[in-house]
Formats: sequence, C-alpha cells, structure tokens
Amino acid sequence: MTAALTGTVEGERVSLAATGVWTAERAAELERMVDEAARRYESVRSVDIDLQKLERLDTFGAWLIERLQRALTARGASARIVNLSDTDRGLIDEVRQVNHRQVNQQTAVTEQAPNRVLTTLDSIGRATAEAGWSLVLIAHLLGALTRVALGMLAHPARLRRTSIVHHLERVGLRAVPIILVTTFLIGAIIAQQGIFRFRPFGADIFVVDMVSVLVLREVGVLIVSIMVAGRSGSAFTAELGAMKMREEIDALRTMGFDPVEVLVLPRVVALVIAVPLLTFIGAMAALYGAGLVCWLYGGMAPAIFLARLREAIWLPTFEVGLIKAPFMALVIGLVACAEGFEVDGSTASLGLKTTASVVKSIFLVIVLDGFFAMFFAAIGM
Amino acid sequence: MSTTEPVISVRDLVVGFGAATVLDHVTLDVMRGEILGFVGGSGAGKSVLMRTIIGLLPKRNGTIEVFGKDIAAANERERRSIERRWGVLFQQGALFSSLNVQQNVEFPIRENLPDLSPRLIAEIALAKLEMVGLGADVRTKYPAELSGGMTKRAALARALALDPDIVFLDEPTSGLDPIGAAEFDDLILTLRRTLGLSVFMVTHDLDSLHAICSRVAVLSEGRVIAAGPIETMLASDHPWLTSYFRGKRARSVRH
Repeated sequence: MTAALTGTVEGERVSLAATGVWTAERAAELERMVDEAARRYESVRSVDIDLQKLERLDTFGAWLIERLQRALTARGASARIVNLSDTDRGLIDEVRQVNHRQVNQQTAVTEQAPNRVLTTLDSIGRATAEAGWSLVLIAHLLGALTRVALGMLAHPARLRRTSIVHHLERVGLRAVPIILVTTFLIGAIIAQQGIFRFRPFGADIFVVDMVSVLVLREVGVLIVSIMVAGRSGSAFTAELGAMKMREEIDALRTMGFDPVEVLVLPRVVALVIAVPLLTFIGAMAALYGAGLVCWLYGGMAPAIFLARLREAIWLPTFEVGLIKAPFMALVIGLVACAEGFEVDGSTASLGLKTTASVVKSIFLVIVLDGFFAMFFAAIGM
Repeated sequence: MSTTEPVISVRDLVVGFGAATVLDHVTLDVMRGEILGFVGGSGAGKSVLMRTIIGLLPKRNGTIEVFGKDIAAANERERRSIERRWGVLFQQGALFSSLNVQQNVEFPIRENLPDLSPRLIAEIALAKLEMVGLGADVRTKYPAELSGGMTKRAALARALALDPDIVFLDEPTSGLDPIGAAEFDDLILTLRRTLGLSVFMVTHDLDSLHAICSRVAVLSEGRVIAAGPIETMLASDHPWLTSYFRGKRARSVRH
C-alpha cells in the first residue's frame, strides 16, 4: 500500500497524478508531498490533479488534495481535479465546503498574541482574588450554616439524626484505628527523641513534661485535624462535587430543601462531635506511646512516669487541646463543603477542588492554632 | 450501497452478569454500508451487546468477528488495528471533560498518527467538527459548556476522527428535540454517503428507524427475535413487534 503524487510537465500545463492509498496512515508523507508539489509548481499557470489511479480516499486524503488545489489557486494558477470517481466526489465536495466555511470564519476570528507581562499580572491578580473569594465563600457558608442551625433550635425535629449518625460513623468511628496508630507513634517518637537529647544533661524526667504538654496542647489536636482533613474533608468535597456535577444539589433545591441544611449541617455537626473525641483518643494513645518508650527505651518505671505526669500537667493543659478541637472541625467542614459546592461540570475541577479543600483546611487549621496559642497565652492558660 | 458482506458478525453470543444471562445465544450481522437499527425494551441488553462487541464487556460464549477477524483470537496489534477502524458514540457523549472540543477530536488522531504535523491534525479536527455542523465558536468550549445536541455532535466528530469504517451509536437522538434529532439523522445519512460508513445504531427513536435505517434488528428476552427492513417489522404478527412498531406512540410516526 503506497501513495504517491507524481507530476508530469506538458508545456504550460502540469499534470499531477495522485496514486495509491490516500488515507490517514499515509497522511504524514502525503502532507510533505502535497506541500512540496505546491511549492514546486507555484509558477505554473495550469495544473490538473488527476485522481484516476487513486485506490482509496478518506477525509485526510481529500483534505490534502483540497489543500493542494487551494494552494495552487491562491498563487493564480488554475487547478482542476480531473477523473474524480463518483464515490470520492461526495467526500471532496464536502471537504471543499467545510474548508470554505473554515476560511471565512478564520478571517472573522483574529486572535491576539498574549502579552507575557500582562498574562503574568493577570494570573497573579486572579490567584489573589481567588484566595480572597474562597474566604468569602467560607464566611458565606458559615453564615448560612448559622442561620440553619438557629432554625433548628426552633424545630429540633428537623435535625437529620440518621444522617448525623451515619457521618459520625464514617468520620469518627472508622477513623479511630488510624488515629490511634498515628498518635501512638508520634508520642513514642517525641519521647524517644527527648530521652536521647535530654539524657546527657541528666534531665530524663523532663521528657514527661515535654511530651505531655506538647501532645495535650498542640500536637494531638493538630495531627487529628490534619488526618481528618485528609480523610474526611477530601471525601466531603468529592461527594458534594459529584452531587453538584450530577445536578443532585439542584434537584434538592427545586424540591424546596436547603442543601446547607440537608448536606452541610449533618457533616459539620458530625465533625464537630467527632474531632474532640478523636483528639482525646489520640492524646491518650500518644501518652501511652510515650510512656511505653520511656519505660522500654529510657528505663523509666511507669509509676515514675505517671507521678511526673501528674505534676507536669494540670486540667487546663488538657482543656486547651480539647477546646480547640471543635473549631478545627468547623474549619475543616466549612472548607470541604464550600469547595465541594465550587465544583463545576468538569472532572478536572473535581480533582482540583478536592486538593484545594485538603490544602486549605490544613493551612487554616495551622493558622487557627497560631491564633489560639496567642489567645491562651493572653488569658494565661 | 449496502452489500451482503458482513463487517460485524456475531454468532451465538452469551453474555451475563452473575446469575443473570443478558444475551442468550445472540446471532447478528451488520453488513458493509448499512445502517442497522438495534431496538429492544429498556434493559433488554442492547447496550450490553454493543459494549461486548467493542470489547468493554467479557463474553461467556460465542464468537464476534469484525472485518472477518475473530476479536477474541486477535493479538494485540490486530486488535489495535481493528479498534482504529471503528468509532463509538457513547450515550452521554463521553467527551473528555478536561479537554476542549477541538482537543477532544484531535486526541485520537494525535495518539494514533503521531507523525502528522500539528497543523494537519488541527485542520482535520476542525474539518470533522464542520462536518458534524459545529462552527468555530464551539471548538474552544469545554464539554461542560455544551448543550445536549452539541455534545452529541462533538462526540460524533471524535468518533469519526480517524475515518472509521464502522460507527457504533448508542441512542444518538435521545435527549434531542425532534428538530435536532431529525438533523442528526440527516447528518448520519450524509456521513454514511460521503465516508462510506457502516452504522450500528442502538435506538428507541421510531423516526430514526423509519428515516435512515436500512435494517432493523429486535432484541427481546436475550435473543434477536427479528431482523430485516422496517416494512418486515411492520408486517410482523409478533406481539412485541406489534406493540413496539404499531403501538400508540408509533401511530403518529407512520402517517
């Protein structure tokens, strides 16, 4: 199966014979032949494109023949297609029509070359506006959620208990194993590092102070929040995004339901209940891990560890961590749901928003933790 | 234009999921150059047959030959070359949502014919879009921004990107208004004439069956109970055929 375009000069007239199979498989070499022929015969007055020995033709071949004819005609030559079979005529005609329309439209649509400085400024501006906009969206959702929650106070029966329990199981109960393992390891690692560094100074015992304060005040709630953002926040965004794509949210709205009430409130309530519980479990697991390492690696008897623990921490240490937890949960829930509602029709935006949901909620959780640190320092906790 | 040479020939095909048998010894031919309308009740397994032929579902028994080659026996390269010669229009269009319309049509060309110049790829893609009646304003749009009719057209342009010999259409006119559906029928007729296509069309649209199908095959209870020109269907006494082709909804179509 070959394809060729051979030209024979007969005085003023050139006959170009297209032979063989002019189909997609051959299109790359055919394009070279066609462009070369158009260049070579540009000064010729009259060209016949002879299709008599053409074996097969598809859109690709027809397009190239049309391109050849157009190129020759554009330079003032008269180019004709001769010996066109009836089966191929329809295709050639169709392609010619299509091409005319395309040429007409292309002259109408003139594309401007983008200015690089402007596009950079443009994307910086857009990114800034977008960051601000996402805060506005979160605030908006918080407002809507507050309104719905206040409405619930008047009609507590409308609270979707089944939905809340369902989400509680997903974000709370099912997260327990992974939270236990992670925080246990974090506690163990901090204790090991502490013993390793403090021992040269004979300050082994203060490892207990470090681990307990760190775990109860900061690390426990942060680790749990980050795990929940990655585990449940992403799931919420993907769920709501997919529902948005499939018009399920529009369906809810037309039936007179408020998506914030039906979808967001149960999820956020479940998070607000689950995250403090997980934080508590996580803190205990971390202390257990630390105690175990102190005993097995540091040779500190459990009784000594517990006695020191009693001195190192007091109730507010524990409270600080737990007070923060529901706020972290609220931030994660709001960001996840706000991003989910922002998904548009494309699958790419679903991925983009899910990523954004996790990144933004982890970032906001850490920023919030910073504000809490200042707040608790100010009130002396 | 149709000949007696089958491009697709399905013999004794059995397909099932778990305990359910959806297709029970189905035998069916699609001839070169014809438009075969494939009808049957909802859930009868029309789409299952189409998806089995194009290799998306496994079969339990029987043979499927496309262009005279048994698909199950074909090696990787033969399969690729067969796949290159068919195009599929899925019911929902199945356009890649992260690519715009022009990129969607360019995709199969670029992947299958990597030697082509970007200019030719773009020109052919635009030509295909023009052929299905989509203008230059649509080419930079993303699938999410298209109407139902435009999605079907764009998906058809993508199915036709490599000049296939066979196109599979899964309910091409569903979700289109009658004018749009009639235009789509005309489009398929025109394309068959200019490109020499064979068409396997799953449809419920009685208008399409009357207007463009050279032959109709009917699937019921896992078997092809009848196949032939629409006139044969109308003349048949089979109760299912009678209610389908001469039922209440059909009456207005025939006159």
